[in-house]
Amino acid sequence: MARYAAPGQSEAKMSYQSRYDHWIGGEYVAPHRGQYFENPSPVTGQTFTEIARGTAEDVERALDAAHGAAPAWGRTPVAQRADILNKIADRMQEHLEQLAVAETWENGKPIRETLAADLPLAIDHFRYFAGAIRAQEGSISEVDEDTVAYHFHEPLGVVGQIIPWNFPILMAVWKLAPALAAGNAVVLKPAEQTPASIHYLMSLIADLLPPGVVNIVNGFGVEAGRPLASSARVAKVAFTGETTTGRLIMQYASENLKPVTLELGGKSANVFFDDVSGADDEFFDKALEGFTMFALNQGEVCTCPSRALIQIGHYRRFLDAAIARTEKIVQGHPLDTETMIGAQASNDQLEKILAYLEIGRQEGAKVLTGGHRAELEGELAGGYYVQPTIFQGSNHMRIFQEEIFGPVVSVAPFSDFDEAIKIANDSLYGLGAGVWTRDINTAYRAGRAIQAGRVWTNCYHAYPAHAAFGGYKQSGIGRENHKMMLDHYQQTKNLLVSYSPKKLGFF
Amino acid sequence: MQPGEPAPARVDVTEAAARILRDLRGAHGPLMFHQSGGCCDGSSPMCFPLGEFRTGASDALLAELRIEGIPEPIGFWMSAAQFELWRHTHLTVDVVPGRGSGFSLEAPEGVRFLTRSRLLTDEEDAALNPVRELTDT
Repeated sequence: MARYAAPGQSEAKMSYQSRYDHWIGGEYVAPHRGQYFENPSPVTGQTFTEIARGTAEDVERALDAAHGAAPAWGRTPVAQRADILNKIADRMQEHLEQLAVAETWENGKPIRETLAADLPLAIDHFRYFAGAIRAQEGSISEVDEDTVAYHFHEPLGVVGQIIPWNFPILMAVWKLAPALAAGNAVVLKPAEQTPASIHYLMSLIADLLPPGVVNIVNGFGVEAGRPLASSARVAKVAFTGETTTGRLIMQYASENLKPVTLELGGKSANVFFDDVSGADDEFFDKALEGFTMFALNQGEVCTCPSRALIQIGHYRRFLDAAIARTEKIVQGHPLDTETMIGAQASNDQLEKILAYLEIGRQEGAKVLTGGHRAELEGELAGGYYVQPTIFQGSNHMRIFQEEIFGPVVSVAPFSDFDEAIKIANDSLYGLGAGVWTRDINTAYRAGRAIQAGRVWTNCYHAYPAHAAFGGYKQSGIGRENHKMMLDHYQQTKNLLVSYSPKKLGFF
Repeated sequence: MQPGEPAPARVDVTEAAARILRDLRGAHGPLMFHQSGGCCDGSSPMCFPLGEFRTGASDALLAELRIEGIPEPIGFWMSAAQFELWRHTHLTVDVVPGRGSGFSLEAPEGVRFLTRSRLLTDEEDAALNPVRELTDT
C-alpha cells in the first residue's frame, strides 16, 4: 500500500494556493464584494483554501470577458480548436498524479478512482471532442435542380455551466469539452462544496486557451449560480444537480427563451436474473462486482445502482455472496492506493445519508450490512465517512424511491421478467439501469423495456466518451457525452440558395 | 385524536431551523420551501424568497409553517408525484453545518436545511391521509 502525501505536505505531488479568486478573462480577479468562503477537505474536515464568494457583479464581469472572446474563438478553425483540446489532454496526462491528488483532497474520493477513472476519463473526453469536431460535417439538401439548402453548424456564443460536486473535474470536462470544441466561450460555476480542483486544473492549462474562452466564477448557488442561470447574456445553461434547482433553471431559461440541458439524477435499478448464478465463474464474479458498484465514489453518482433487484430463484445465494463482497470493501484514507471507499463530499451530505439510514429502518427495511456512520481514527476523525450499507425491503419504501447519494443499496426480490421491469420502472426517475443475465434475448428485451437513458448490460459504471448519457422521466433533459452533444452547443444555420435566374412569377 | 385537539402537522421545524428562517426572513422577505429530489443535493428542502420558484398543478402544498417571529406562514411544497411516495412520513425541517448547493438561501451562512423523516403514527395517518384507503390499489 502506498499513501500519497496530502496537498501542502513537503513530499506532496501538488499543493493548493491558500486562496482562489475568480478566473476571468485569463487572469485571477478578486470578488467584487471582497468576500471569501472556506473550503474544507472532506478527508479531514479541515479547511485547506479559501475561495472567492462570487455575486452578480462577478458574473457580469465574466460574461463580459466571455462575450469578448466568443467571436474569435467561434471563428478559430476547428483544426486549431481541436489542437488546443488535445494539448489540454496532453497537459493533464503529464500531471495525472497531481490532478488525482488534488481531486481526492477536494472531494474525498479514493485516489484509486481519481487515478484510474476521473482523470483518464476527463483526458479522453477532451481528445474525443477534439476528434469529433474535426469529423463533424454539415449537410446539404438538394431541394430542386436549382435550389440548395446548406446546413452549417455555428456555435451558440456564450454558455453557462453549473457543475456538481461529485466529480468536480470530470463533470466540468463533460460540459467544457463539447462546448469548447463547438466554438463557445464558457462561464462556469463550480459547486461550492468543491470549487478548488478546477482552479488547479486551470492553472495547468491556462496558457493553452485564449483569455476569456473559459471563465470560472465561484460562489454559492443563490449568489452566483442564480445570476448566471437567469442571465439573458447566456445562450444556454447546462446544469447537473437535483430536480427543484433544475426546474428553477428551466424557469429562468423560459424567461429568456433559452435552451437548457439538465441532468437531475436517478434511482437506478440493477437487475440480476436467475441465470447469473448458473455457474461459479468469471461472469458470476463480475456480476458481484456489478452489485457492489453502489459503493463506487461513496455512492455519490447520479447513476448509483442504488436499487438491486434479484430474481427469487437465486436470491439467497446471490445476496449472500453480494454481502460478502460488500464487506470486503476497504474503507480508509482516500490517499491510500488500497482504499476503495473514501469520504462523503460534505457534512450536509453525511447528515442526509444518516437521515435516510434512519427512515429506512423505520419503514421496516432490514439492514444486512453496514447501516452506520464509519468512525475512522486519527486525522480522519473529523471526516465524513459512511459504512457501505445493504438494505432489504420493498420498492414503495422511500429508500427505494429517493437518491440517497451515499454508499447505500436497497435490495428486493422479483419473480419473473415482467415483475422485474415493473419494479425497475416504478420510479420517478430514469437515468441509468443495469441488467445482468447470460441470455442475450433476456438482456436485449430488458434493456429496451427499462425506461432509462442508459442500460448497462452485463457491466456497470462505464463512462466512455462516445456513449450518450442522460435521463428519461424526471432525470432530466438532453444528453451528455457522444458526438450528439455537439448539437447541444450549436445552432443550425440554413442557407437556402437559389441558383436560378428565373422569378417565381407571383409579383 | 380527541375532538378539539389541533390537527397533526405533516411538517415541523426545529428551533435551530426556525432561528435561521427568522434571519432569512429579515434579509429576503417572505419565504417558501420546495422539497427537492434527485441527485447531488436532492432530497434537501430548498428555501427561496416567496414566488421565486413557481409552483403549479404538479405540486402539492404539504404545510403552511408558522414560525414565531415571522408574520406570514411559510409554504412547504413538493412535486405531487414525489409527495405520493412521501405522504406516509412526517417531515421535520432541521439545519446542519454545511455548504449546501442549489439556490437555497441559507447556504452562504454555512448551514444547510435538512429534511428529517419519521413514519406518521396511525392517528396522524388517519387525520392527514383520510382518502388514502380509497385510492390505494
